[in-house]
Amino acid sequence: MKDSISIIIKKYGNDKSQLVSILQDIQIEYNYLPRSALDKLSKKMGIPQSHIYSMATFFRAFSLKERGKHIVNVCLGTACHVRGGELILDSLERQLDIKRGNTTKDGNFTLETVNCMGCCATGPVVKIDEEYFGHMTNDKVEPMIKKYGE
Amino acid sequence: MKSPQDLEKLQQTLSKKLDAGKPRISICNGTACRPYGSNPVAEAFKAEIEKRDLGNQLEFKVTGCHGFCERGPVAIVEPGNLFYQKIKVEDVPEIVEKTLKGETVSRLLFKAAETGKEVAGQNEVPFYRNQTRIVLGNNVRIDPTSIEDYIAIGGYSALSKALHTMQPDQIIDVIKQSGLRGRGGGGFPTGLKWETCRKAHGDIKYVIVNADEGDPGAYANEGLLSGNPHSVLEGLIIGAFAIGAHQGYVYVRNEYPLALKNINIAMQQAEKLGLLGKDILGSGFDFSVRINRGGGAFVCGESTALMASLEGKTGEPRAKYIHTVEKGLWDRPSDLNNVETWANIPLIISKGPEWFNSIGSKGNTGTKIFSLTGKVNNTGLVEVPMGIKLRDIIFDIGGGIRGNKKFKAVQTGGPSGGCLPEKLLDLAVDFDELTKAGSMMGSGGMIVMDEDNCMVDVARYFLTFLEEESCGKCVPCREGVKRMKQILTDITEGKGRESDLDLLKELSAHLKDSALCALGSSAPNPVLTTIKYFLDEYEAHIKQKKCPAGVCKSLIKFSIIDEKCPGCGMCVKICPAHAITDMGKKKPVILDQSKCIKCRTCYDVCRMGAVKIE
Repeated sequence: MKDSISIIIKKYGNDKSQLVSILQDIQIEYNYLPRSALDKLSKKMGIPQSHIYSMATFFRAFSLKERGKHIVNVCLGTACHVRGGELILDSLERQLDIKRGNTTKDGNFTLETVNCMGCCATGPVVKIDEEYFGHMTNDKVEPMIKKYGE
Repeated sequence: MKSPQDLEKLQQTLSKKLDAGKPRISICNGTACRPYGSNPVAEAFKAEIEKRDLGNQLEFKVTGCHGFCERGPVAIVEPGNLFYQKIKVEDVPEIVEKTLKGETVSRLLFKAAETGKEVAGQNEVPFYRNQTRIVLGNNVRIDPTSIEDYIAIGGYSALSKALHTMQPDQIIDVIKQSGLRGRGGGGFPTGLKWETCRKAHGDIKYVIVNADEGDPGAYANEGLLSGNPHSVLEGLIIGAFAIGAHQGYVYVRNEYPLALKNINIAMQQAEKLGLLGKDILGSGFDFSVRINRGGGAFVCGESTALMASLEGKTGEPRAKYIHTVEKGLWDRPSDLNNVETWANIPLIISKGPEWFNSIGSKGNTGTKIFSLTGKVNNTGLVEVPMGIKLRDIIFDIGGGIRGNKKFKAVQTGGPSGGCLPEKLLDLAVDFDELTKAGSMMGSGGMIVMDEDNCMVDVARYFLTFLEEESCGKCVPCREGVKRMKQILTDITEGKGRESDLDLLKELSAHLKDSALCALGSSAPNPVLTTIKYFLDEYEAHIKQKKCPAGVCKSLIKFSIIDEKCPGCGMCVKICPAHAITDMGKKKPVILDQSKCIKCRTCYDVCRMGAVKIE
């Protein structure tokens, strides 16, 4: 862990104004923002922990909780909403037996929502990791989840 | 490259290669084509060409967004400007074979709805025919990850012209004469903004690309930045030269991985060729760019919040008593423009303000890119001259409403905009007319709704969005939006009171007057426009406790129409609540109201239309 934080800080030239990008990279590395990593970041860059936490909680992209192996992202943008995006979210919440923002007990899935992924024409859209699923309907939810192992 | 002549030479060599007359296949691999599987199709093309060793006979390009997302994956084939749609991996060998022979794969062509006849050329497809694609049009001609492609079609020649033949004031004059207004939504005259920033006190100035396109349902900036990143970069460098800035920033939404990747590549390529960095094209002008990723906060699309975020702070806006062109990023004069505004700059410099003035309407020159989505037949990115009627976009380009349903409303301007009804379909789409109607241009979202959409639910949706995205700095927005959402939620749950509408209007007036930034002050727009144009729906929810569109869960009931139900059992199998019982073949199923969770799955799955929502 020690090295990866230093490498990330170095990549941004120790520039405090790049904190969002630094946090993004830490999240890519660990899948969330671990407390120990933020401690280290604070000491190494001389940024108060309170400031790092204010950033980490302000921006919705960051998670302070450990996330699952697969990230299920349901789009709730307007175009997806008018085509029933919320019903897809309901369906996923039922099938994964978790509410949005949470991780399944087996640690396989984290269910998140996003306000537009830039492919509105294919709404409602769900993204699992890097794969996009367009024109979603309730009956497509189960096979989609199965593909990533329940 | 060290001089304009170097660029010209390179451009000539590259364009010769481009015009070599080889057949060309350009496949769209934009973000919206990916859910349809454009990636495997592109790979299949590459494999086929390699397998048959056709590299010398056929040019193949993976491009950014072509716009007609509904029919993805799509491709353009030259010669003939053929438009192929819904391409599958299996189609690839045939496309390659026939393209080589100069033949057409007719089953992949677009079929006109009225005649059922195939339409070959892209320009004859109704979706494209009625557009004016001056900004987006080049997306189909270039690989966004290749600066050579961009230069081959004349890219960076506007920059060369600006640096070597024009003075900064002259450039600003040209932009002023063009009448270009900010494409991010506000519609502020770009030339004037540049002039103010140029004249502002201070040696260090900044230019910024706002690519934090947060409006849910708008992806025009994404399509442009990922499909033609160099056009944005070129515009930015010209702007920097005109304003006197040596450092620029591109602030990109983190939810747009493709746009981020492509602008990063573009920046590195431009640096390598001497189009960024020290002494650009031998002009003595230095300029460098940094790319920043957003953190998923809608409010960061607001200029002061974006600048705070660039400084490494939380993205909270500040009051704009002093404009950002005077004191912006790190309290220095900063000019921020939208992706689309920047992409228009090279065109205006190359072709002149008169040309730009000839497109669009008076006071609203040029084109605007919209993401046409929702319940319309042809969804996608459309670019139209400003002043065009809403009806022309939705019915001519968009091909009307899906499934022969009835048009109800069109939402423009995202959460700051409003919902416009059928009677306003002849409204001219420009900055001023949309604002007069209570909506706004915004960053170009255009979401079409039909009779199955509930307008009260839509208003509640936007306030839910805004409540989550409010940064919490100012009380009117933090508390006001929350209360308004509570009232709307009550109405959708059948707990509305008749006095609620007045209360909503009163809260709206306070928010408009007192919120710190545009997120709060425009938050009432979706509510006010729906009350204004769809009052009957509010009244049905409040007085009759009914949702006429059948959307609001607390007010609807699902039932089976016995006469229509053949007892096929599809709904029985799929019902997650086990609320439907199979009564044997040819006997209608029975739905247990007490178990029904109103998930709508049975309604979607029934092909006989035997599920009723009331």
